[in-house]
Amino acid sequence: MTPAPPPDAPVLEAVGLTKDFGAVRAVDDLSFAVAPGRVTGFLGPNGAGKTTTLRMLLGLVRPSAGRGLVGGRPYGEHPAPARLVGVCLDAGALHPGRTALGHLRVAAAPLGLPETRVREVLALVGLEAVARRRVGGFSLGMKQRLGLAVALLADPAVLVLDEPANGLDPEGIVWLRSLLRSLAGQGRTVLVSSHVLREVEHTVDDVVVVASGRLVVAEPLVDLARRAEPATLVLAPDAAGLAALARSHGWTTAPDPATGGVVLAGAEAAGVGAAAHAAGLELHRLEPRGSDLESVFLRLTQPGPDPGESPDPGQSAAEGVAR
Amino acid sequence: MSPVALLRTEWRKLVTTRLWWVLALVMLVYLGFTAVVLAASFALATAETAPDLAPADQTLLVLGSLGTAGYVFPLLVGTLLVTSEARHGTFTATFLAEPRRWRVLVAKLAVAVPVGLVLGVAGTLGVSLGLPVLAVLGDGAAVGDPAVVRALVLGVVVTTLWCVLGVALGSVVTNQVAAVVGVLVFTQFVEPVARIALGTVDGAARVASFLPGAAADAVTGASLLGAMTAGSGGPDLLPGWAGALVLLAYGVVLVTVGARTTFRRDVL
Ligand SMILES: Nc1ncnc2c1ncn2[C@@H]1O[C@H](COP(=O)(O)OP(=O)(O)O)[C@@H](O)[C@H]1O
Ligand SMILES: [Mg+2]
Repeated sequence: MTPAPPPDAPVLEAVGLTKDFGAVRAVDDLSFAVAPGRVTGFLGPNGAGKTTTLRMLLGLVRPSAGRGLVGGRPYGEHPAPARLVGVCLDAGALHPGRTALGHLRVAAAPLGLPETRVREVLALVGLEAVARRRVGGFSLGMKQRLGLAVALLADPAVLVLDEPANGLDPEGIVWLRSLLRSLAGQGRTVLVSSHVLREVEHTVDDVVVVASGRLVVAEPLVDLARRAEPATLVLAPDAAGLAALARSHGWTTAPDPATGGVVLAGAEAAGVGAAAHAAGLELHRLEPRGSDLESVFLRLTQPGPDPGESPDPGQSAAEGVAR
Repeated sequence: MSPVALLRTEWRKLVTTRLWWVLALVMLVYLGFTAVVLAASFALATAETAPDLAPADQTLLVLGSLGTAGYVFPLLVGTLLVTSEARHGTFTATFLAEPRRWRVLVAKLAVAVPVGLVLGVAGTLGVSLGLPVLAVLGDGAAVGDPAVVRALVLGVVVTTLWCVLGVALGSVVTNQVAAVVGVLVFTQFVEPVARIALGTVDGAARVASFLPGAAADAVTGASLLGAMTAGSGGPDLLPGWAGALVLLAYGVVLVTVGARTTFRRDVL
């Protein structure tokens, strides 16, 4: 990447964005801002409305209400928006008969970029060796790399990527992480969506969490981490004694089938150890099970007590574990 | 995006895929075959089997098969300029690069002109294969005849018009399979049958002359169907200029619909 930090990368902004598909409200009065110089994670389970929101921000989908703004203006009202904003929304949206090189040449034409730049981004994403191969035979990971190459062509001040980690191997994810961090470090505005927090938790500075089309939280990742509750796994031969101990300290218990032990929510390992020692309770196992970010994320995006909520949070939870 | 950049982008989209030159090649071979068969049928015909045609008329019909039999190819290629974007989801990238979507539609219509010219040249090469057959086996090829030269030039022109019309059609029927099947069924079956059928009904022949294929025949002034049914008082053609206007009208209607549907709706 040529280190040409944009002096003032524009802010991306959703202002009351709403989208109805017939009777389905896919996005509901969503407002948030994406700051330059940071990587922002746009998070939510499948069907939360992330893709629809990104498409509204970029003028591809007409909002039912609200506005999407790039640097205070709708995307389409910039004189050369594609030079300002690099986008990869759907890595699979490629003509299968085109080669990787052909695809980049098509993308470079409207930007007025020379062949040398095409070669540069091909090298950057590590696709030089397959430059002349038709993309129909590419794996999803290779398509993601190509999509990223297209997004980076114009050396844009703003980068918008929808689920860029999908299909990337672990090595690719680490590479993507350092790339996005360095781009944000140059002062660019970077927005990446994901349905798996763990995929981006070491990449993002800020998070915008949505569920069922609505904003759940928009805050720095460190604040989200503070919402995490501690938890401790214990194995004690005296089950009744352990239950009494948990009750007296106000810890909720949940059996842990994998170990045959019990998880005490709201308890630090040190606190449990001290209390067990004081009560003369024998412990065979004592492990911190910090309710991690992922479970905070799941808790936040799970359907709330009000009915008629989120499409299928169980499915996204399962996928999160599978990855 | 500047108009030049828009055109360059659309041109690159086409030349980075194989389909257009595969279709150009198929067009050349198909028309070559058609022209040779047609020329041989003239050359080997006896007075009993076929109406006696002057050499110039024979040459006109052989070369005219570019317009009469070849127009499905430019129509298909034009359609694909739009339907392939819908099919592969590339409208997203296209409209990100040029959010003023009508300009994309105009660029596609414009780029259909050089593409149509290339196809027209390929088709001309194809139908020319009939000339040696006429010259060697038949009554001679009237290549120098002004009417024949005119038909040849107009054949290329009308091929170009078909390619532009294909873009207009693709902007309305974006489903690639539906568009290809629709084009094949309409051009190879519906229209020929309609033209012959309408030609036999009193007063309906005028209607048939407004069908797109008949309008295109009017432009080139060479109609195979017209010649075949001429004896039975078959469909008469519009004047050349009127045929061009009819084709233009089809294009305007289709583009108006396409601009308000495909080029307006949400890109998902
Ligand atoms: N074209 C469409 N027609 C109807 N509903 C749609 C359409 N596209 C998306 N949706 C619905 O909108 C909601 C949000 O979808 P999407 O934005 O793709 O979510 P995400 O990207 O977070 O997975 C989902 O409930 C989905 O079913
Ligand atoms: Mg999505």
